[in-house]
Amino acid sequence: MILDWLICLLLVSGSFFIFISGLGIMRLPDVFTRMHAGTKASSFGSGQIMIAVALYFLEPWIVIKCVLVVIFIFATAPVGAHMLGRACYFLRIPMWQGTVVDELKGKYDLKGHTLKSQDE
Amino acid sequence: MEFDYNNPVVVAAMIAFGFIVAAFLMCFWRLVKGPTLPDRVVALDLLAIYTLALCAAYTLLTGNPVYLDVALVLALTAFLSTVALALYLERRMDK
Repeated sequence: MILDWLICLLLVSGSFFIFISGLGIMRLPDVFTRMHAGTKASSFGSGQIMIAVALYFLEPWIVIKCVLVVIFIFATAPVGAHMLGRACYFLRIPMWQGTVVDELKGKYDLKGHTLKSQDE
Repeated sequence: MEFDYNNPVVVAAMIAFGFIVAAFLMCFWRLVKGPTLPDRVVALDLLAIYTLALCAAYTLLTGNPVYLDVALVLALTAFLSTVALALYLERRMDK
């Protein structure tokens, strides 16, 4: 009984985080902020939903599948977002005019795609 | 299809469906409107994760764990498409 309510809580809060990520991707002003909303909130939310599925069935094979899905999401979402962010920076997609700091400014070699080190 | 609405998990799965479909629509709006190509790539990547969550919620709704395999495959292939598109964007700039 308590397990059922725990599953409900995880399911609703996970889908609520996914809803927030959708809201973020619609409302935020530029690519980089949208990427931040989409990647973090959606992987957290789908992780919660996967935990709910694992608790609902409680069979070894299903729990293993759920853990695999969570591992795939948490390993691949940051890598994909990093590659996309890098590509966006090279393409010089305009940032939102309220951006306070751009720490990479002048540090990327835009031709060779390499990052200059600190002491150079 | 008939669902047992006295089961709290089924009701919670229905609420989850509502939230995820709302997120889906907002993400699709960004995919259609997105001013630049990377915007669309981000939205497409997110749509795959939303589909995964939808599959997981449907597993709980029906109590049939077959749909979990769909989620597993989506988790693997969504990453490949994102990486391929990101590499394409970077290469395209060099020309």
